[in-house]
Amino acid sequence: MTMRWFYYAAPQTFYGLAGRLWPWLAALALALTLAGLWVGFALAPADAQQGEGYRIIFVHVPVSWMSMVIYLAMAFWSVLGLTFNTRLSGMMTRALAPTGAIFAFLSLWTGALWGKPMWGAWWVWDARLTSELILFFLYLGYIALTSAIDDVRRADRAGALIAIVGAINVPIIYFSVKWWNTLHQGASVSLTRSPSMAQLMLWGMLLMALAMWVYTLAIVCYRVRTLIIERERHTDWVQALPEVAGAKA
Amino acid sequence: MNAFFALVARDLRLAFRRKAEVLSGLFFFVVVAALFPLAIGPEAATLRHIGPGVLWVGALLASMLTLPRLFENDWRDGSLEHLVLSPHPLGLLVLGKIFAHWLVSGLPLVALAPLLGLQFDLPSDALGMLALSLLLGTPVLSCIGAIGAALTLGVRGGGVLVALLVLPLFVPVLVFGAGAVEALNSGLGAQAHISILLAMLLPAVFFSPWACSAALRIALE
Repeated sequence: MTMRWFYYAAPQTFYGLAGRLWPWLAALALALTLAGLWVGFALAPADAQQGEGYRIIFVHVPVSWMSMVIYLAMAFWSVLGLTFNTRLSGMMTRALAPTGAIFAFLSLWTGALWGKPMWGAWWVWDARLTSELILFFLYLGYIALTSAIDDVRRADRAGALIAIVGAINVPIIYFSVKWWNTLHQGASVSLTRSPSMAQLMLWGMLLMALAMWVYTLAIVCYRVRTLIIERERHTDWVQALPEVAGAKA
Repeated sequence: MNAFFALVARDLRLAFRRKAEVLSGLFFFVVVAALFPLAIGPEAATLRHIGPGVLWVGALLASMLTLPRLFENDWRDGSLEHLVLSPHPLGLLVLGKIFAHWLVSGLPLVALAPLLGLQFDLPSDALGMLALSLLLGTPVLSCIGAIGAALTLGVRGGGVLVALLVLPLFVPVLVFGAGAVEALNSGLGAQAHISILLAMLLPAVFFSPWACSAALRIALE
């Protein structure tokens, strides 16, 4: 059983698995996105208070969730990489980071677009907005550090360490920012609304969240394949791959 | 423990032989604090309001500027490798280096801040609170910053990179450090802030040398 666990930890075997998986995942992500958008924009009723403007929730909330989940996933792979010293873990972390950064940025961007009509401001120093912004900075720090170090192995391990330190700090940052905000002003804007959502709204959001998950898996598989080829290019099995040998001929 | 004190003494001696490096961080702090009133205007009420925050951000940036120096020189002349190879626990040695670095670049900020606070027309109890919050906060900054310094050892564009890595992690310290003075000024009392700063200091002192040792081993291998 242990052997099977680590079977796909070798870049060579994972390369094949990721290659088989990503087209299906990408297709599934597209289908789920279309379904989610259809439910969200065509079927779901307009919100009682926010009218049609609330519909950005179908992008905003899944994207924000993913930006947080991906950081946790990066920390997970980092712990795995530092403890088992597997090469693939570092590549997974590296492959996750750009997607996480994009999602964090999109979360801020769509949040601003939503905030302007609803709160009358592009940006408020709300605890959630601020911690999302800092999460975005953490992604950028990780990417900057790993791309500044030329030695891949050192880059992976240094990146793993900063990802873990960041993950430990995320809750501290969140609570400190939360307290900071409540000290300064009463919660004029709250993102947590108690009224229960219409069933269709919830479905649209869940479909979109699922779509983002599957999209992340697809893009990570794709990006890991590129990283594997790049790093293992000196090996015989990469040279023997039809796509590599074919490109040379 | 002897190794710890020996390393602290060594680092202090080295620092006092290169006084310009030590003083540049302090001078930066003084200049930054002087720039804000020039940009914002000399109204005493405004200055009193922004003073704690400005001084805290200034101290934070000043202590960040001196971070690359923490391991860089030892790394260049090879003594860092000897520290890593020595039979003493690396965490203890790193803690010694962090402590010496804080004595040289953090403690003077604490001493200087009340003086600069006078320029911002802060009342005397706020000055005391500013010094106390910096006294508890700057060691945390040194501890967190040391991890960034160790990770970026010998890396292209190290200085800017340290800022990018470390500044987001400084946020909680800044919030509660500057918040302590704010809370005192608004009459809420700063005890909660001080307790939380202390609660951040203890794990930082405990975990940072450990993470730093891991980072140094990664950098040197």
